[in-house]
Amino acid sequence: MYEGVVQDLIDELGRLPGIGPKSAQRIAFHLLATDPADIGRLQDVLGKVREGVQFCEICGNVSEQEKCRICRDSRRDTSLLCVVEEPKDVLAVERTREFRGRYHVLGGSLDPLSGVGPDQLRMRELLARLGAEEVSEVIIATDPNTEGEATATYLVRMLRDFPGLRVTRLASGLPMGGDLEFADELTLGRALSGRRAL
Amino acid sequence: MRHLQVTDFRSWEHVDLPLEPGPTVLVGPNGRGKTNLLEAIGYVATLGSHRVSTDAPLVRHGRGRALVRLAVVNEGRELTVELEITPGKANRARVNRGAVGRPRDVLGILRTVLFSPEDLALVRGDPGERRRFLDDLLVQRAPRFAGVRGDYEKVLRQRNALLKTAGKKRSGSRDDPYALSTLDVWDNHLATAGAQLLAARLNLVADLAPHASAAYAGVAPDSRPTRVEYRSSLGGALPEGYGRPGGERAEPEKLAQILLDALGESRATELERGVSMVGPHRDDLDLVLGEAPAKGYASHGESWSFALALRLGSYELLRAESGGEPVLLLDDVFAELDRRRRARLAEVAASAEQVLVTAAVDEDVPGELKGTRFAVSEGEVRRA
Repeated sequence: MYEGVVQDLIDELGRLPGIGPKSAQRIAFHLLATDPADIGRLQDVLGKVREGVQFCEICGNVSEQEKCRICRDSRRDTSLLCVVEEPKDVLAVERTREFRGRYHVLGGSLDPLSGVGPDQLRMRELLARLGAEEVSEVIIATDPNTEGEATATYLVRMLRDFPGLRVTRLASGLPMGGDLEFADELTLGRALSGRRAL
Repeated sequence: MRHLQVTDFRSWEHVDLPLEPGPTVLVGPNGRGKTNLLEAIGYVATLGSHRVSTDAPLVRHGRGRALVRLAVVNEGRELTVELEITPGKANRARVNRGAVGRPRDVLGILRTVLFSPEDLALVRGDPGERRRFLDDLLVQRAPRFAGVRGDYEKVLRQRNALLKTAGKKRSGSRDDPYALSTLDVWDNHLATAGAQLLAARLNLVADLAPHASAAYAGVAPDSRPTRVEYRSSLGGALPEGYGRPGGERAEPEKLAQILLDALGESRATELERGVSMVGPHRDDLDLVLGEAPAKGYASHGESWSFALALRLGSYELLRAESGGEPVLLLDDVFAELDRRRRARLAEVAASAEQVLVTAAVDEDVPGELKGTRFAVSEGEVRRA
């Protein structure tokens, strides 16, 4: 244990995701040895991030204004809606440069163990959007794990009563550049059942 | 198996053990770490210990991680599996010095059947012991079931958490339509994952039962006949013939629908109690001796025979299927058996492609198993 504020700093850093006690200690001492100007910049950003950043009122992505950059962009195809769990998933899909539609960020996945149900996710907002906007296809891009799959199933059930709405799920299967022989059975099995005609 | 090396595993700082086909006998006083070596081999085959459910005790006291390296010849191909066991963190695995995605990917490289004094719990212990026996054997048979089992457990935990919160709200006032509609979703996933596990277990029991009964008759010829049957929480809803030798093969698609119906029927009770009442996690393996269940009715000797029969049956089953000859591991079991059972086990062991035996004294090891012999003493293993 260190004295007073140094230990407080280590404790606070240690509460961040992915940072254990050792890393927290290293970061704390790094900060102590850093140039005051650099610290000032970090302080500045930390202060701004709480005040300055808000969530887009349409899609729920992080944004600096009421509407995010993607929702403001008139060149985007409004008939396509990609539903993701987290803002970082938006970035992942954006990096492909394949998708020209818009997004809806749920803010997580169904996870009863952590007390997350549909009420804690932006499901109501999604329904409202589908009622108001001219969406013809919803692409469900939740994670391919237990919670993500459950969320996808829930969405499919919720959306199947919308007339004329196409609901699709991201394909899951083999990674590009990989070797078939090293694929695990679950992935390969999924890839087989989701195969397509050429 | 050609070569075993362990570092900081249990009591061992370091061991280097060359292995040959046929019997290998490890002899030494109690508490010198013979079982630990078998445990290390078993860990490579199953990614679990037969003695403890967490990894922490596997690492030598005061050390951060344990290493197990095992060179295996599988269907003519030599593979070196290396496992780094770090409690509290993800274990790491390498095959031929190349990292594999997940440790799970090494399952199937080595297949073992281990018989140890702990196996008495298969007969006398809780249903959980027998479910674990079935699931472990399932993974040895087809490694993909490690994933199926993991998925099922995850869905089950989520569903139970939901049942608890939904149940509370319900008793408070009105039904929560949101909670109930998400319950439908989890029901679906539980039924799909559960049906896969259940179908595989039923088919396993259908295949294993004849081997186990034959093994029992072998070790105890004058005994009453035995039966091994799967007991499902679905009860009468399970199709006739499922899980029986020569009966219909269980199909996951059919079982998923049956499970889903059963979940629907028990929903009110489940909400009240806050736990999932149907599914493979509530099942058991019935071991019947004559007309009575072995648990509670069998004598000490009969219980031992049954445990041995289950292991020998597993061995014969794996042997009869493709995937490489399984390795037989016999941990300090000869001292516990009477002459006839000892002779029968020795007979099977002598015919095995490779078998490792531990014993406290030489006299415990039957004459047929005089193969390579190692003396285990404080901190070292010497060829004797």
